[in-house]
Amino acid sequence: MSQSGGDIIEVKDLVKTFGSFTAVGGLSFSVKRGEIFSFLGPNGAGKTTTIKMLTTLLRPDSGSIRIAGLDTAREPLEVRRKFGIVFQDASLDDELTAWENMFFHAVLYAVPAAERAPRIEEMLRFVGLWDRRKDLVKHFSGGMKRRLEIARCLSHQPDLIFLDEPTSGLDPQNRSRLWEHLRRLNSELGTTIFLTTHSMEEAEKVSGRILVIDGGKIAAEGTPDEIKRRTETRTLEEAFLALTGRDLRDDVPGAVEDMRKARLIWRGKSR
Amino acid sequence: MNSSSMGAVWGLWLRQIKRYLRSRSRLIGSLGQPVLFLVALGFGFGPVFQKAGGGNYIQFLTPGIVLMGVLFTAIFSGIEIIWDRQFGFLKETLVAPAPRIFIMLGRTLGGATIAIIQGFLVLAVSFAAGFRLESWTRLPAAALFMGLTAVAFTALGTAIASVLEDMQGFQLIMNFLVMPIFFFSGSIFPLISLPRFLTDVAAANPLTYGVDGLRLALEGGSYAAMGRDAAVLTAVAAVLVVAGGNLFSRIQA
Repeated sequence: MSQSGGDIIEVKDLVKTFGSFTAVGGLSFSVKRGEIFSFLGPNGAGKTTTIKMLTTLLRPDSGSIRIAGLDTAREPLEVRRKFGIVFQDASLDDELTAWENMFFHAVLYAVPAAERAPRIEEMLRFVGLWDRRKDLVKHFSGGMKRRLEIARCLSHQPDLIFLDEPTSGLDPQNRSRLWEHLRRLNSELGTTIFLTTHSMEEAEKVSGRILVIDGGKIAAEGTPDEIKRRTETRTLEEAFLALTGRDLRDDVPGAVEDMRKARLIWRGKSR
Repeated sequence: MNSSSMGAVWGLWLRQIKRYLRSRSRLIGSLGQPVLFLVALGFGFGPVFQKAGGGNYIQFLTPGIVLMGVLFTAIFSGIEIIWDRQFGFLKETLVAPAPRIFIMLGRTLGGATIAIIQGFLVLAVSFAAGFRLESWTRLPAAALFMGLTAVAFTALGTAIASVLEDMQGFQLIMNFLVMPIFFFSGSIFPLISLPRFLTDVAAANPLTYGVDGLRLALEGGSYAAMGRDAAVLTAVAAVLVVAGGNLFSRIQA
């Protein structure tokens, strides 16, 4: 356990710019151990950039991130053991079976050989995919893939999981099934869940605390009720619109993407 | 080296092999081009080569075509990272708690293993085309040259794929890198009577040392000459692995 009390994520003055575009402009927040924390914002608000920095995939320009008490810049490999992540887009190997994807992950995370098979079975049963373990992932539906990714990211027993829009593109059946799994995970194992979503209804229902960002800065922070009270709105959806405005956000694809590409190569120190 | 690093090397090696064995179309497909070259060039230019006093052309050509199979398979194994990026799987390896260099090493060894298998398959086909081996005891030396070539060019493919965003540059790499490497290596014609600038190109081409070494191995040349080729190739492979590993480590999602 970390010495820093109950915070599993501590972010201080986080900044990330791409050329002249400030994606994240001085974020500070913390996530408590065991909570379901929703990270909300319109497109282009800096959510994905922040998640990439939290998960050591992108290096911040300045500021610090501690995950389970470990500094992500100084000990990225140790930090990576502490969390699991389900990316917005699938990150499975389609040419391998469900079981092989799980096995590969267990090997990569140095799960002891004797524990691999039982743990993989437990996780595949947990998400209801045990019977499909020998099928190639390319034959899976979107919902099945998402469930497999969740099972996979749990197989090294992280205390914290990041879910980037876990229910996008899923039908209501799959969505409710997924939340059933996640709630159980949170209540039974105490796994902290850090989530982004565009579904305010979902965020309102599941989260303990919410952070709304816009333009790379914090727009609001608190429980769903606190945020609604502060904005004098009845639903989180209304509160969200009150906080971030009704203008449409383009993803700023041209400029930002180009700068990201130019910066794709890590210019700093290499490991 | 901790268990996560070893896991990364072994896991990624195993993944490459599994995908290869599962994809028969890829196996056959990548055999097609070398076999076509062997048959078309071998039988097409064989009589001319013979008349010019070059000896049996199939004997000359086979090492070059074997390494063509190795070269293409190796480069493409490295470049597969671009596909992994597009299909998302790359991210799974990028957030893994193993140093990137070991991830790259596992991929490279996996790709190289496949390339060596491809090389031996081409060699097997060449027997049907009339190639004769000096002695079976030379096969380990032959495997060494295939292996070094495979490692060097898989690493080169990885290095290229680490800086490319998508498959747009693919044709460019094929026409301006892979084909010249193949042509100007002594693989399909002797280098001695070439114009000066082309012999310089060949001397700077790592594949030249692979082709020369493999030819010596299969034809029963001296071990001293083979040793020189192997030394050059080992040095090149080491540099490319370090460079490829370095570029791969710099990828940000």
